[in-house]
Amino acid sequence: MSLDKEKIKHVAKLARISVDEAKVESLTKDLNSIFKFIEQLNELNTDKVEPLTSILNQSLRSRKDEISDGKIREKILKNSPKENEEFFVVPKVVE
Amino acid sequence: MSKEKFDYFIKGEKGKYEVVIGLEVHAQVLSKSKLFSGSSTKFGADPNNQVSLIDSAFPGMLPVINEECVKQAVRTGLGLNAKINNYSVFDRKNYFYADLPQGYQISQYKNPIVGEGKVLLDMPYGSKEIGIERLHLEQDAGKSIHDMDPSNTYVDLNRSGIALMEIVSKPDLRSPDEVNAYIKKLRSIMRYLGTCDGNMQEGSLRADVNVSVRKEGDTNFGTRCEIKNVNSIKFMQMAIEYEAARQVELIENGKKIDQETRLFDTKKNETRSMRSKEDAHDYRYFPDPDLLPLKLEQKLIDDLKKSLPELPDKKKERFVKEYGLNAYESNVLVSEKEISDYYEEVAKLSDKKLAATWMMGDLFAMLNDRGLDISKSPISAKHFAELVQAIKSGEISGRIAKEVFEIMVESGDNPKKIIESKGMKQQSDPKELEKMINEILSKNKDKVDQYKAGKEKLYGFFIGQVMKLSGGKANPQLTNEILKKLLKG
Repeated sequence: MSLDKEKIKHVAKLARISVDEAKVESLTKDLNSIFKFIEQLNELNTDKVEPLTSILNQSLRSRKDEISDGKIREKILKNSPKENEEFFVVPKVVE
Repeated sequence: MSKEKFDYFIKGEKGKYEVVIGLEVHAQVLSKSKLFSGSSTKFGADPNNQVSLIDSAFPGMLPVINEECVKQAVRTGLGLNAKINNYSVFDRKNYFYADLPQGYQISQYKNPIVGEGKVLLDMPYGSKEIGIERLHLEQDAGKSIHDMDPSNTYVDLNRSGIALMEIVSKPDLRSPDEVNAYIKKLRSIMRYLGTCDGNMQEGSLRADVNVSVRKEGDTNFGTRCEIKNVNSIKFMQMAIEYEAARQVELIENGKKIDQETRLFDTKKNETRSMRSKEDAHDYRYFPDPDLLPLKLEQKLIDDLKKSLPELPDKKKERFVKEYGLNAYESNVLVSEKEISDYYEEVAKLSDKKLAATWMMGDLFAMLNDRGLDISKSPISAKHFAELVQAIKSGEISGRIAKEVFEIMVESGDNPKKIIESKGMKQQSDPKELEKMINEILSKNKDKVDQYKAGKEKLYGFFIGQVMKLSGGKANPQLTNEILKKLLKG
């Protein structure tokens, strides 16, 4: 797998990361060399190896269906960009 | 019964086009708490009061799955005759939006909890099988409110993290009517199962609609457009009609259809492109590192299967066999679990066929007028059965029954009491009736002569006189018999 400059810009846009045009070239080079390093793993034959989902032999933990959380609006809304007692307030997003 | 033929095509200048539709239905799971957090799922709470640190994506919080939501998905899968996967995986679907605080939705991509299944539809042209591609579990997003402030959007995260089942159909639907039947059937199955309340007004059930068109007879699919988040059956049907016509026009003008996401504008009754969703299909799914794969023991699946209630298709068959109803009647009476329960209670205590007729006629009309569900019916099943029995036994006529019915609705009294206190009992004593009819005939000798001379229309006049004199209480069958006998004599 190799990345070109367009792909880098696209991924940056999707991730909402602003990338300086001047930096795109070097970023492309860096990322490609990282990919190349990782791709060495493809040399191994893993046809008969089960994917490892956890290094511990454990299964997904679950919980009972009970209400045990919520009613902490004040705490939660401290992270709102603009202050309001009931809602998160963000710049207008509308279709 | 003769069957109608399927006939839904868009007529263009260059021929007929078939419409191909697939639905992605989002059904909110009925559970007390959310999919990965312990906040309440109750609808209509104060904004942001049912939000935990997990739902609002505070750093370092870990999701823990709600076992009931998993069971609900399995039950629904079983109800859709689908394959349940013992192994499924949660993935992150990445996109940015103000009502998605995590910046990703936990969903299932390559390995959903439920695989292929099918749903049967009863259409006027016969029964039709619609394939289910898959069902997966995912988180709902919060709600954005755009009309509270001209320059800001308000976000309520109460819905954020509630479990959704996304049910993806195969592109097997061919008309707005089939979409209507499909959604109603899905809703009915889930309500029987108790896995989703199906309340479209509250957004518990909504759908993305995929539409494409092709020349009649073509076997390849055309390019499809996806209409996002339509929340009523009527709007789905309108959106499909508009979208299919738009695509046919493009094709006939030699233009290309872009595969894109569109929005249905309910005010203008049209679909339009959502430019903001240009990159929407680039979700960069990857397995959620916070969640291990979900493994289901076969025993859990088998136990859930054993505990499923009787579902509409089975119940319909039973109603035909056990109660002697026709396919149409039983279809209507099993459409909602509450309706079928009411009917069965009535049928136990009265004439089964007559009960169905009166339920589907007067009872449904009254509930409809008042905008009531059957669970809120002012007439209990027991009282309704008594009314049906009073008609069946000949105690009251059908016409009087309608009056009794009206009084029952207003007063909530039982029909026996109403019939007795208002003296509404039908006159079924042949001697009394004969006496009354003889009186009428002797008072109208001229008309009797005319009748006998061949003016048979006058028969209705005599019946009218009997009804008038008896205050509508004369037993109609008996009146007919006696009147005919006396007019011959």
